[in-house]
Amino acid sequence: MKNCEYQQIDPQALPTPTPTPQPHHGNDTEKKKEPRRPRRKWEVFPGKNRFYCDGRIIVARQSGVLPLTLGLILVTSGLFFIFDCPFLVKHLTSCIPVIGGVLFVFVLITLLQTSFTDPGILPRATPDEAADIEKQIDNTGNTSYRPPPRTKEVLINQQVVKLKYCFTCKMFRPPRTSHCSLCDNCVERFDHHCPWVGNCVGKRNYRFFYTFIVSLSFLTAFIFGCVTTHLALRAQGGKGLVFALQESPGRYPLVICFFSVWSILGLSGFHTYLVASNLTTNEDIKGSWSGKSGEDVTNPYSHKNIFINCCSVLCAPMPPSLIDRRGFLPADESAQTGSADIELPTLAAKSEINVVGAAFALQKSPSPVETSLPAVAPTQHLSAACC
Amino acid sequence: THTYPLTHTRRTRYYINPYCITLSLCELRHSASLANKVFIQRDYSEGTTCKFQTKFPSELESRIERTLFEDTVKTLNNYYAEAEKIGGQSYLEGCLACATAYLIFLCMETRYEKVLKKIAKYIQEQNEKIYAPRGLLITDPIERGMRVIEISIYEDRGSSGSSSGSSSVSGSTAR
Repeated sequence: MKNCEYQQIDPQALPTPTPTPQPHHGNDTEKKKEPRRPRRKWEVFPGKNRFYCDGRIIVARQSGVLPLTLGLILVTSGLFFIFDCPFLVKHLTSCIPVIGGVLFVFVLITLLQTSFTDPGILPRATPDEAADIEKQIDNTGNTSYRPPPRTKEVLINQQVVKLKYCFTCKMFRPPRTSHCSLCDNCVERFDHHCPWVGNCVGKRNYRFFYTFIVSLSFLTAFIFGCVTTHLALRAQGGKGLVFALQESPGRYPLVICFFSVWSILGLSGFHTYLVASNLTTNEDIKGSWSGKSGEDVTNPYSHKNIFINCCSVLCAPMPPSLIDRRGFLPADESAQTGSADIELPTLAAKSEINVVGAAFALQKSPSPVETSLPAVAPTQHLSAACC
Repeated sequence: THTYPLTHTRRTRYYINPYCITLSLCELRHSASLANKVFIQRDYSEGTTCKFQTKFPSELESRIERTLFEDTVKTLNNYYAEAEKIGGQSYLEGCLACATAYLIFLCMETRYEKVLKKIAKYIQEQNEKIYAPRGLLITDPIERGMRVIEISIYEDRGSSGSSSGSSSVSGSTAR
């Protein structure tokens, strides 16, 4: 049977099995030692993102001030626990470090989840799709190249919405999707690119971001209150406020908290308003639904009920990641068909796991969120926790 | 001599491509050539929830009955609506997830993922029973970022497989 694909693969497979005596062992180190191994999709991802832990963790290329954010939180909380808690436990109640500890853990976990989760990146259109779109809109039939028109109008809940064509991703952007120039990706329900967390905030990580800023406001307010109480109690103890301030390094959290609590509370309040009206920061800034141009526009995505809006934004089922970072490239695309087939005996058992595992791995990053911070990233020098 | 027996290579090529694990579909790919692709776009009339247009594309008129096509798309739309439904259960799940600082997403399969698996199975079944015999192949929308349902139209070449290097299109991505 002259079925060329099968014939072509095997001769290529012949020389390469000899350096790999036991392809059936096929664990990760074996795969990496081979000169050609099947590549995962994150390795050829076109956007400006960095990946860690073999594609489990995704961050924007510019980490922004994420290290600063982490540092401030750790230092402030650390000083609070070391210097203020003992005094307060003695004089007030031992609940204080417990509450502080819970809030601190909450803040850290949600911060890391916001930074390391795919915000809802849309994969770029395949060449066939892009050609089909261009064909559909170029209906004059002239042969000279004409860039596709930039907008398409759709009716959403009786409201006209313009969809823009993204020249980078070669597709019409779905509603509420925006292209982030820092990450060079189209992100669904794009809110904003937050330098403090070093990632875009979009459909998939908005709930993490909201929980982060709300719990951070509680933590900041709590530390502020406790440190103030601490200093007040010390000042009452006899020697006056100034002496109390000079004596304890516990005053530093006070300073940091004093300056940050207002902006964080303000941000939480603003985002609570956005959640309640089902708006994104992007839409609010642009005034898309405020009717400033005089037309009668309303937000077509709002459910007209604050409770339902909140639930649909924060409690909706978690959408899947569309970019499939840990999936394998098809054998012919990864340009090494020989090794792809050598891997087959191992992948035969493992690809089922990979197929399912890809779906799981999109949500799971096994250790980094659960362990504490000081793990070192294997490939990059950023301060990212890794398995 | 082959390092791997031919059947073994064939079978494992199926495993690489979960959407081609039956003989008929792979024979389709190797004995037919890709003629065209049709893209079913999203229907945004009800907002950003995932829903595809049920308009019957003209390229498929000669290939498949309108009702079969519409049934497939409507069933897919129902699956996606089920996945994205917000109601009492999703509120509880959301609150529980929030209480655990969303760590629960690392341990459990989310409702959406469960429905996606059902969708994958459904598409495979539809491909085997209805579309492959008519020389068509549906690609799961998740492979295309949930933007389109890609339907590949194959022309039967009649002769037994000449080299079909270009057949690595729509359904051949491994997830």
